[in-house]
Amino acid sequence: MIPPSFDYHAPDNLEEASRLLLANPEAKLLAGGHSLIPMMRFRLAEPAALVDLRKIPGLSGIREEGGSLCIGAMTRESELEKSDLVQSRYPLLADTTRVIADPVVRNLATVGGNVAHADPGNDHPATMLAYGASFVASGPSGQRTIAASDFFTGPFSTCLEDGEILTEIRVPEAGPGSGGAYQKFERKVGDYAVAAVAVQVQLDGGRIAGAGVALTNVGLTAIQAGAAEAALVGSDGGDAALDAAAQAAAAAADPTDDHRGSADYKRAVVRVLTHRAASSALARAREAS
Amino acid sequence: MSSHQISVTINGEEHTREVEARLLLVHFIREEVGLTGTHIGCDTTSCGACTVLLNGVPAKSCTVFAVAADGAEVTTVEGLGNGGLHPVQQGFTEKHGLQCGFCTPGMMLTSKALLEENPDPSEEEIRWGISGNLCRCTGYVNIVKAVQRASELMKENSDG
Amino acid sequence: MAECRGLGHSVQRKEDARFIRGQGRYIDDVKLPGMLYLDIARSPYAHAKITKIHEDTAMAVDGVAAVITGKTLEGFKLAWMPTLMSDQQMVLPVDTVKYQAQEVAAIVATSRYAAADGAAALEVDYDPLPVVVDPHEALKPGATKVRDDKESNHIFHWEHGDADGTDAALAGCDTVVEQHMHLPRIHVASIETCGCVASWNPVEGHLTLYLTTQAPHAIRTVVALVTAHLGLAEHKIRVISPDIGGGFGGKVPVYPGYVLATAASVVTGKPVKWIEDRSENLQADSFARDYHITAKLGSKDGKVTALKLDTVADHGYSDAAANPSKFPAGLYHIATGSYDLENAHVSVDGVYTNKPPGGIAYRCSFRVTEAVHAIERMVDLLARENGEDPADFRLRNFIKPEQFPYQSALGWEYDSGNYGAALEKAMDMIGYRELRAEQAEKRARGELMGVGISSFTEIVGAGPSKTFDILGIKMFDSAEIRIHPTGKAIARFGTKSQGQGHETTYAQIIAEELGIPPEDIQVEEGDTDTAPYGLGTYASRSTPTAGAAASIASRKIRDKARKIAAHLLEADEADLVWEQGKFHVKGSPDRAKTIQDIAFAAYTNHPQGMEAGLEAISYYDPPNLTFPFGSYICCVDIDRGTGQVRIRRFVAVDDCGVRINPMIVDGQIHGGLTMGIAPALLEEISYDADGNITGGNFMEYLVPTAMETPHWELGETVTPSPHHPIGAKGVGESATVGAPPAVVNAVVDALWHLGVRHMEIPMTPARVWDVLNEHGAAATR
Repeated sequence: MIPPSFDYHAPDNLEEASRLLLANPEAKLLAGGHSLIPMMRFRLAEPAALVDLRKIPGLSGIREEGGSLCIGAMTRESELEKSDLVQSRYPLLADTTRVIADPVVRNLATVGGNVAHADPGNDHPATMLAYGASFVASGPSGQRTIAASDFFTGPFSTCLEDGEILTEIRVPEAGPGSGGAYQKFERKVGDYAVAAVAVQVQLDGGRIAGAGVALTNVGLTAIQAGAAEAALVGSDGGDAALDAAAQAAAAAADPTDDHRGSADYKRAVVRVLTHRAASSALARAREAS
Repeated sequence: MSSHQISVTINGEEHTREVEARLLLVHFIREEVGLTGTHIGCDTTSCGACTVLLNGVPAKSCTVFAVAADGAEVTTVEGLGNGGLHPVQQGFTEKHGLQCGFCTPGMMLTSKALLEENPDPSEEEIRWGISGNLCRCTGYVNIVKAVQRASELMKENSDG
Repeated sequence: MAECRGLGHSVQRKEDARFIRGQGRYIDDVKLPGMLYLDIARSPYAHAKITKIHEDTAMAVDGVAAVITGKTLEGFKLAWMPTLMSDQQMVLPVDTVKYQAQEVAAIVATSRYAAADGAAALEVDYDPLPVVVDPHEALKPGATKVRDDKESNHIFHWEHGDADGTDAALAGCDTVVEQHMHLPRIHVASIETCGCVASWNPVEGHLTLYLTTQAPHAIRTVVALVTAHLGLAEHKIRVISPDIGGGFGGKVPVYPGYVLATAASVVTGKPVKWIEDRSENLQADSFARDYHITAKLGSKDGKVTALKLDTVADHGYSDAAANPSKFPAGLYHIATGSYDLENAHVSVDGVYTNKPPGGIAYRCSFRVTEAVHAIERMVDLLARENGEDPADFRLRNFIKPEQFPYQSALGWEYDSGNYGAALEKAMDMIGYRELRAEQAEKRARGELMGVGISSFTEIVGAGPSKTFDILGIKMFDSAEIRIHPTGKAIARFGTKSQGQGHETTYAQIIAEELGIPPEDIQVEEGDTDTAPYGLGTYASRSTPTAGAAASIASRKIRDKARKIAAHLLEADEADLVWEQGKFHVKGSPDRAKTIQDIAFAAYTNHPQGMEAGLEAISYYDPPNLTFPFGSYICCVDIDRGTGQVRIRRFVAVDDCGVRINPMIVDGQIHGGLTMGIAPALLEEISYDADGNITGGNFMEYLVPTAMETPHWELGETVTPSPHHPIGAKGVGESATVGAPPAVVNAVVDALWHLGVRHMEIPMTPARVWDVLNEHGAAATR
């Protein structure tokens, strides 16, 4: 499988990258390439030009700043896996990155690519929804910050405008009493999820003060399960609340029948995984209290 | 349609070529430079037969454009061992960690990087670490043993 | 003298030296001057009339040198080629495509990239036709006909055994179980795909074919036969099978790509390379299995008495199965397995559908896996129906050691076996009775665990020439050994390793027989110009046939060596005693000549009247097949929330007769087990109602990684084959054959108390969850 021809650009600044994107409507951004290049090899994507972000400084790295965990869009998944900061304080993110594709792929695949490619099977979108993360984009009209809940508009589509480039992901800084978990059910290592569930909770005293619940690969985009969040918030995180949240999450899922299973099956898996993820998230939050 | 002059250092030797933008790194290594130890086993970035070390980390070279590897340092199976055998190579042959040999170069390079990061991995950590590389012959048991043996050899070497 | 390290030694593999350095030479590593590249445009439809191929659209692409279509080939009478089962298969369609991903045209170009561009650019007009996917539908009157040149979709009816006797016996049974089961299409998916480099020399009229083939000599003959009308002859064809990156049966057939590359080389006068992509490999190369089986097994007073198997075999659009010619369903009639039963009948109806052709092995000996799956599932069911533990039921019903050689109801003579010993060993290793106790406790707590057994009998080493041939060529195999003056040797074989370690194993056999250390023996295979004729490596036949030939050829050399030794020692031949590596005079151990001394003398001081040199060749025609066996026990846990089956432990006790290199034998079993659990849990190629493939790439065809593969626990018993020169039986495939029913039996066992009696494979989480849900046993957390 051989990709089609294209023009290649590797600008060294964002302005030039934006300009190239605007000048070439058929152009695509190249980050880690691990979603795009396979599609090009099958000629499912035939961009006339690629704008490679690799030479633009400042697009990768992980740091806490201004109340957020800031992750550069070009940060490799494996950097999250190896980051003490992520591993110790952001268990939902740590869980998520560990189950994306396989270990070798994670060495090149980028967090920004996983988000901006907006494949409903990608894992970061649900995680970012559960975190209530925001995304920084840079474009012809400057820089703006977009809430994760506004970002995903459809399968493989986002609210990014022509010429706009995702540069940074901001996850609310972990505080005492926060915890999260990602439960992914896949057929084998490297597979997209049959279903996956991201849960992030904030405890206040013995009660859940805030909750994020989002679902992977059971709809046209990652799905934020508001009713599941509502079932958790205000509760003590007991079994009844978890069951209610799990049922609500299953109801929020909108899966289709395919070779990974029937829609009914996937809804059932969402329910099970929500319970497991919430239970693990709560345990971690209690530990972090 | 653009073509580009690139320089990639493979196993310590710099190779400069004019390449089409779409040339995959694996074809650069195999066809342009002529190092055929790096293999191709799939078209979906699944099998890992094409794994090389790209700036020190395992990467599936079928999913990297050569032009994007301009200036990079690549290690292929031919660059393991520096004339002798690398402990990973030694471990694979001693423990029968290979049969047809087709996945072996990628498997060994992934294992080398794994051991450099985690010199004493558990069986579970090894299985996890090589889960991006498919082997159809060995059933993985002896690959795990090979990596464990390589770990011992590396420790002996550093102690000695 | 160096220790000879023959049988029973875990000698490090000779072939590893090049593989661990990246110096193996696989097909895609072959690069010839001026070589062109071939890519193939394929059909998006499962059944369609080709109304026009716009060759100009591909020719317009930079670098494209030629476009070959069915019409081009028709001119050379090459549009169709014969299959091994006396059917016809298209190289390229002249007017109609019969399955999705079928070859439509070949594009030849100056580079791999240009050829791919040409294939992508080629425009083809199709008129879609009705599609038949389900073989049962295909058999109904009025079904869409797949082949215009045939009367119906029914290819053949084959049956074996006593139908009436079996029906009568079943009627007389007190307990009969019946079960339908489907063994779906799967694919060997060797990590190296298939490919070739064809190099035609018009001046010499000589064709060199570098080919990913497990059977180079047979391929050479086939090429000679199908191209004779074009002036090619067998002495002008050289097939070279380089290092092979896994075969498992998938590299036995002749694929259209090979023929196309050859035709392209003839047309262009340049070497032409064709390497298939993984997707092409999965979508178009020969499949395995696809048997729909209805099985009946009956017992009387707890004794198994009768087996009946009726089978619908989906062959795709052509019967291109790779079987010995007289066996349209391979060795399926090994189906009575490890059990002493008197009445059996099996039937198979082959059917055309709009799917790729094939019917290869997937690491087994000609449909043995289908047979073992059927009997091992049925024995489990029958045991339960008799109210007995499946282990105890097996132990009572096994063929007993004293019954060997054993005549099976379906006509095989089993060479040797001790089935009870293998099962008891496996039960000890895994702690079978303890697992049963644990299961009872867990069941009380609502947890699902199961234990499954498979006690298989394989049938390998095809085969005796009285019954086994391929296109008339008898299924012997060969070894040619030459001892050099300095006592080193070269040995060549008609087989072809694909990772099995022949270079080491064969050297050890010769070492055992002649006392020459393995490292002093160069082993070569795969070049038809140098190796003796043989039928190749598949069906676990290398050790039973070529391995035996190595022994026999060695013994011929030893016979001559004895004469030379007698000459050197000035003793009578009859007074010489052979001990490994040397002859000494009876009663005088110091009066001895080593094989190395003798080899030197064979060229420097041979007896008058004797020809110089020390070499021999053997074409070994085995007197019988060999029957490896074993017992596997699998313990699974099932997640009631997701339906996921986890193999907690898997114990495999194998008996492959005498073990030549125990390290290699264990490696073969590890790999076989992994290819055994894969179809049980993960792998399947299926088609939707329009004939669109699912599972046509490595994202969807789920080859297990190290994470899905359990830590195998191996045990052994040794029951030598009485007729093999060194008692070996062959081991490459036992585990693939034996493992799947052990996993299915374990899962069914876990669910038995819910009323579950059968599971189809692959037992995906979705499929298991459906069953749990149906029985009210799915969990919500």
